[in-house]
Amino acid sequence: MADATAGTDQNPKTGSTADAVRASLARRNRKQRTVQVLGLGAISFAFLMLFILIASLVSSGYHAFTQTHITLEVFIDPEEVPLERLPRGGFDDVLEASLASVLEGVDPNDRATMRALGGLLSNGAQFRLRDRVVESPDLIGQTVTMTVPVSDPYDQLNKGLIDRETPEQHRRLKDFEIGWFDRLNASNAISKPLNTGLISNPDSRFPELAGLKGALIGSFWALFVCFLISFPLGIGAAIYLEEFAPKNKFSDFVEVNINNLAAVPSVVFGLLALAVFIGWFGLPRSAPFVGGMTLALMTMPTIIIATRAALKAVPPSIREAALGVGASKHQVVFGHVLPLAMPGILTGTIIGLAQALGETAPLLLIGMNAFITSAPSGPFDSATALPTQIFIWADSPERGFVSRTSAAILVLLGFLITMNAISIYLRNRFERNW
Amino acid sequence: MTTFVFVTLLCVSMLGYALNRQAATKLRASGTRLHSVPGYHGLYSLLSTVVPVVVLIVLWLVLQGPLIDRFTMSGLPAGSLDEFDAGGRQLILTEIKSISRGRIFGNPEAWKVDAADRYVRMHVVAGWLLLGIVIVASLGIVGLARTRVAADFRARHGVERITSGLMLFCSTIAIFTTLGIIAALLFESIRFFERVPITEFFFGLNWEPQIPLREDQIAAEGAFGWIPVFLGTLVITAVALFLAVPVGLLSAIYLNEFAPSRLRAFAKPVLEILAGVPTVVYGFFAILVVAPAIRSFGASLGIPVSPNTALAAGSVMGIMLIPFISSFTDDALSAVPKSLRDGALALGATRAETVLNVLFPAAIPGIVGGILLAISRAIGETMIVVMAAGLIASLTINPLDSVTTVTVQIVTLLIGDTSFDNPKTLAAFALGMMLFVVTLIINVFALRIVRKYREAYD
Repeated sequence: MADATAGTDQNPKTGSTADAVRASLARRNRKQRTVQVLGLGAISFAFLMLFILIASLVSSGYHAFTQTHITLEVFIDPEEVPLERLPRGGFDDVLEASLASVLEGVDPNDRATMRALGGLLSNGAQFRLRDRVVESPDLIGQTVTMTVPVSDPYDQLNKGLIDRETPEQHRRLKDFEIGWFDRLNASNAISKPLNTGLISNPDSRFPELAGLKGALIGSFWALFVCFLISFPLGIGAAIYLEEFAPKNKFSDFVEVNINNLAAVPSVVFGLLALAVFIGWFGLPRSAPFVGGMTLALMTMPTIIIATRAALKAVPPSIREAALGVGASKHQVVFGHVLPLAMPGILTGTIIGLAQALGETAPLLLIGMNAFITSAPSGPFDSATALPTQIFIWADSPERGFVSRTSAAILVLLGFLITMNAISIYLRNRFERNW
Repeated sequence: MTTFVFVTLLCVSMLGYALNRQAATKLRASGTRLHSVPGYHGLYSLLSTVVPVVVLIVLWLVLQGPLIDRFTMSGLPAGSLDEFDAGGRQLILTEIKSISRGRIFGNPEAWKVDAADRYVRMHVVAGWLLLGIVIVASLGIVGLARTRVAADFRARHGVERITSGLMLFCSTIAIFTTLGIIAALLFESIRFFERVPITEFFFGLNWEPQIPLREDQIAAEGAFGWIPVFLGTLVITAVALFLAVPVGLLSAIYLNEFAPSRLRAFAKPVLEILAGVPTVVYGFFAILVVAPAIRSFGASLGIPVSPNTALAAGSVMGIMLIPFISSFTDDALSAVPKSLRDGALALGATRAETVLNVLFPAAIPGIVGGILLAISRAIGETMIVVMAAGLIASLTINPLDSVTTVTVQIVTLLIGDTSFDNPKTLAAFALGMMLFVVTLIINVFALRIVRKYREAYD
C-alpha cells in the first residue's frame, strides 16, 4: 500500500484512484469512528439499563430485609383475658395498656388515643400474644416479654422513608405519633433485626407480616411437577428425533411443531391450561400441580432442543465403536451416547427450569394469584408462586409493599442466578471436548 | 389414594422384574443358552406391566371427576333442578362439592347434604375400585410375562420395541400440545361467536367487555370489537422495536467487529443476564422507575403524559428485546463466510465499510428473521403490559396516551373467578386465538427465513 502510493505520487495520471482514495480517507475514517461510537453507545445503553434495573431494585428492596420490632413487657390482665373465654379475649387492649404504661402522659381512658396507640403495633401482634396464651394459659395474670413487629407506617418512619419535614397533614404519621415512637426508641424498646418473616411468613394483607413462604413452597411444587413431566418426556422425544426417527413427513411435522411451540406466547399456554386442565379435566384452580403441568409444556421444547444438541455433540466414533462390538442401536444410545450427553442435557434442563421459575402469565390465568394466607401442604392445595406473588404485591396499594416487592424480586433473581451458576458449573466441570 | 395406587403398581412391577430375572438366571445356570440376558427378561416384565397400567390409571383419573359429577347431578331428587339454567346447575354442583369438603355456609337443603354424602361415597368407591383393578391387572400381566421366560424368548427385542414406542409417544406430545391449544381456543371462540356476531369482533371499533348484570340494565351491552385492542398492541410493539432494533443491531455490530476481546467476554454474559430477567421484574421496573421518569420528563416539557403511557411499557419491552435482537444479529453476522469479510478488507475497505456494505447485506435474512421473532415476542409479551399499560381500549396511535393490548385484556378478563359461559370470559379466548394466529404466522415466516438463509451458506 505504502509503495503504491509512493509510486503514484510521481505520476498524476495513474494516481487518480489513489488521490480519490486519499481525499475520501478522512470521511471514511470519520464514518468508521461514528459507527464505533454508536456501537459503544448502544452497548453502554444496555449496560446502563441493567445497572439502573438492579440499582433501583436493591435501593428500594434492601429496606425489606430488616423489620422494625418493638419489645414490650406485657401484663396479661385477667380482667381483659379471662381464662374461660379463651381463645377469645381483649388481647389488643392488653397490648395497648402495656404501650401506655411505657409512654407517660397517655391517658388509658381516652379511647381515641388508645386506638391510635394500638396502631403502632402490627395487626399480627395480638394474634401472636393470643397463640402464646392459648398454648400456656397459666400466663394469665403474669407479665411476659414480647418482641413484635411494628405496623408499616412506623416501620417506614424508622427506616427514614417518611420525611419528618413534610407538613403534618400530608404525612402518614402525626407529630404526636412520631413523638411516641421517638420516646420508645430512646428507651431502647425498638430494634431492627433481620427480617426472617420475609421467608418464613405466608402472605398477609399487612406488609409488615407478609412473607414469601407460601410462594416459595408453591413455586417448589410447580417446578417439581414441571421437572417430573418435562425431563423424561423431553429426553424421550429428543432421543427419538435425533437417533431413531426416519426422515419422513411425520418427523418433519413433529419438528416444526416443537419449533413453533418454543415461540408461542406464554399467555396462550395459560389459556390452554385454563380450558383443558381446569375446564375439561376438572383439575383444581390455583394448584401448583396444574401450574407445573403448564410450565412443563413450555419447558419441553427447551429441553428437547438442548438434549438434541448434546446428543449431536457426542462423536460418531463412540457409536461406531459400540456398534462394532455388537451392541444394538438401543444399547448404543442408552448405554453410551446418553450418559456422555447427560451434562449437556442437565445444563439445558436447569436453564429451562430457571425460565419456568420466572414465568408469570400462564400461572395468573390458572388462578395462582389468589390471596392465600397459609402455605400449601401439597401440590393440589391452592398456592401462589414466586413471580405471581411479586405481581400481587406490586398491585397492592400499601407503601410497605413496594420494598417487599423489590425484596421478593431480589429473592427470585437470587434463585435464578444460583440455578444458572449451577448449570455453568456443570458445563465447565463435565463438558468434554472430543 | 392415588399415591397409594402408584406405590402398589411400583411394588407389583418390581416383583415382576425380580421374578423374571430370577427365572432367567436359573435357566441360564442350568446350562441353557439364552437369547437375552436375565436383566432384559426382568425389564420386559417391568415395562409391559407399568406402561399399560399407568395409561389405565391416568385415563381413570381423567374420567372419574366428570363422571362422578354427572352421577351426582342425575341422582338428585326429581324436579330439584327444573328451575335452574346451566349456570345455576354449575353453582349447585360447586356448592355440593364444597359441602363434601366440610365447608358449609348457611343451612343447605337436605337434598344437597345427601348429594354431598353420595359424592364423597362415590369418590371412595371409585378409589377402591381403581386400586382393585390396578392390582388385578398388574398381577395378571406379571403372571403372563413370567410364563414367557424361555431360552429363545427375545426379551431384548421386546424391551426395545416398548422403549421405541414410548419415545415415539414423547415426541408426539408436541403435536398434542399444539392440537390442544388449537382445540381449546377454537372451541371456546366458537362459543363466543355464538353470542357475539363475528363481524362485530373483527370490524368493531369499540372494546368494552361488559355484561349486563340484570336483564333491564341500561347501556350495559358490551362492545367486542378487537381493532382498538390490536392497535394498542401495535403501538406498544412499535415503541419497543423503535428502541430495541437500533440498540440491538449496533451493539451486535460493535461486539462482533470492534470490541476488544475483554469487553466482548464481559458483555456477552451481561446481555445474557438481561435476557434472563423474568418479565414480571421488567413490569415492576416499568411502574417503579420508567413510568414516573417519563411522566416527570413530560411534565418538565409541559406535555401531558398519561400515567399508563404506552411509552413506558413499550420502552421497557424494548430493553427486554435488546439482547434478543443483538444475539440474533451476532449469530447472523458470524455466519457470513470469512471469505467475504477477508475479501472486503483486502480491497481496502475500512472495518465499518466491511460491516455495513458487505457483512450486513449478507446477514440481512437472518437479522430480519430475528426482528420478526422479536415482533412476535413483543405482541405476545404479557407481564410488562399487564403491569404498566392501561386497561381501556382507545383508538389512538399516540404513544403518550394510555393504550391496552390483547394480552392485557386476556389476563384482566380471566383473572379472578370466572365461569365459562359468559361472553366476557369467552372473549378472552377469541382474543387468544387471534394472538395465536398472528404470532404463528410471524413465527412460521421468520423460521422459514432463518432456515433458508442458513442453508444458503452452510
